[in-house]
Amino acid sequence: MKIAIASGKGGTGKTTLSTNLATFMAESANVVLTDLDVEEPNSGLFVQGELLHSEPKNKMIPHWEKENCSLCGNCQKVCNFNAILKMGDSIMVFPELCHGCYACCELCPTESLPMQPKQMGELKHFRAGDLDFVESRLMISEEQAVPLIKQTIDYVDANFPADTFKIFDAPPGTSCPVIEATKDADLVLLITEPTPFGLHDLKLAVETVRQLGKPFGVVLNRHGIGDDKVPAYCAAEGIPLVACIPNSRKIAETYAAGQLLYRDIPEVKAAVETVAAFIRDHNGGESS
Amino acid sequence: MKEIVVISGKGGTGKTSLTAAFAVLAGSDIVVADCDVDAADMHLLVEPDFAHQEAFFSGQLAVIDQSMCSACGECAAVCRFDAIPIINGQYIVDEISCEGCGYCARVCPVEAITNIEQNVGNWFRSEIRTGTTMVHAGLKIGADNSGKLVAKVKNEAKAVAEKEGKEIILVDGSPGVGCPVVSSLSGASYTVLVTEPTVSGLHDLKRVHQLVKMFGIDCGCIINKSDLNADVLAELRAFLAKEGIAHLAEIPYNEQFTAAVTNGKTIVEWDEEAAGLVRDCWREIQTHVGLPT
Repeated sequence: MKIAIASGKGGTGKTTLSTNLATFMAESANVVLTDLDVEEPNSGLFVQGELLHSEPKNKMIPHWEKENCSLCGNCQKVCNFNAILKMGDSIMVFPELCHGCYACCELCPTESLPMQPKQMGELKHFRAGDLDFVESRLMISEEQAVPLIKQTIDYVDANFPADTFKIFDAPPGTSCPVIEATKDADLVLLITEPTPFGLHDLKLAVETVRQLGKPFGVVLNRHGIGDDKVPAYCAAEGIPLVACIPNSRKIAETYAAGQLLYRDIPEVKAAVETVAAFIRDHNGGESS
Repeated sequence: MKEIVVISGKGGTGKTSLTAAFAVLAGSDIVVADCDVDAADMHLLVEPDFAHQEAFFSGQLAVIDQSMCSACGECAAVCRFDAIPIINGQYIVDEISCEGCGYCARVCPVEAITNIEQNVGNWFRSEIRTGTTMVHAGLKIGADNSGKLVAKVKNEAKAVAEKEGKEIILVDGSPGVGCPVVSSLSGASYTVLVTEPTVSGLHDLKRVHQLVKMFGIDCGCIINKSDLNADVLAELRAFLAKEGIAHLAEIPYNEQFTAAVTNGKTIVEWDEEAAGLVRDCWREIQTHVGLPT
């Protein structure tokens, strides 16, 4: 079963929920936690383990071979992303603009643009106690997170059986990286905070998961600060408000130090247990 | 003209709250640009009037005319994004997966595929309650090309600043290190990094700073919620010193920031103690940018 933990607004507690929930559920089930916030992956700061495997992640980009090139300019014409430019008697490739569609390569009459791998990031697979943990990080200056997110999900699919609880820590926002991280999920948990920013971005996130047609629930973090508009919105929209994590300076300080919360803070443990039960209900009540 | 871009790497560090507070302090001296187009929140604090609105088109989407389609499957075979599944015998474009590369249309033997420009969002030019102009935008759900919308917002803000003779453009950037952030940073005169002394805050600051360094942009850092963890705070200070990043301010953890937002106010209009720190910080930024304070 795949569970994506997402939020419109950044900094509302995706990583907190992901790491605590995954570690807790791993006490009694097979769980893999995957950090798909490849631009700024943070889960690994909270679940350190033994490195089992690492691999470079590449995207395929065209490489110009001038020997047979007739300089017909078809490559430039077929590229919708302006990633290829014919300049005088040479062809320039701009890798950061390339989406890897292969059109230039396969439509080249002289086969002068073979695709070659270019590293965009690195995937690491750790074992932390009972928990498997996978993270990918995008290299700085690489702009496109989506291909790396896709390959990371492929790795998890290939290496863990379907009956594993696969928890995905998604990137923030509502644009293409979030869609990539949530579109295969069986259940989405949206975490937010009780402020106008939190509510506004929650509404965007709800619109996103509704468009994807995913079952979802909301977890409210920093409960007790701000106002009551998030619970009111959830009630009016018929969205399950699954659990609340209280606002507390102690929680903020424990998070700041890179520690998990649920073993020391009973309110967090209660919230995590409730979320785990919600997940199991959506899994037909089975144990895994 | 100076372009000050506020970014954070990590979300939730107080980037938008602080940017809105700076906007209130600067009043009509500046033009504001909200480049966090993916989850834009600044408008909630500064009451834009949405006076001017335009749709923004960028990127393409393949559309198959089923009346012409011979169902040969060539399009699906060349698509690297698995965006043309066959459903009940018909090849259908999955709008979410389509990257708009146009390869399918080029190989379709019966020319049944066309590419249409996508409306990925809207941008706005507004007057805000500080009496100045803000350019902002809303990206459509799941849309691609947020970097291009960011570039559009920045260009429009620049045009306003030129027209109105404003010296400063204040930009609220987006989280992360990917395309919208790269787009926010291009052309910036000065970057304000907002972080917090948490392990995530430090980690994300280091990554986003690498990006700022690659651009060669001068930068300074605000450590928000500075008293959350003394050890991480010490590490942050050491990192700033080592990298030669100006240490602009330390603002202690203060739940009045949340109270201000909940009441639709910026912190400088809400809590005198925090307001003093934010005012000093804005003055510091102006000095670094080379503007009279």
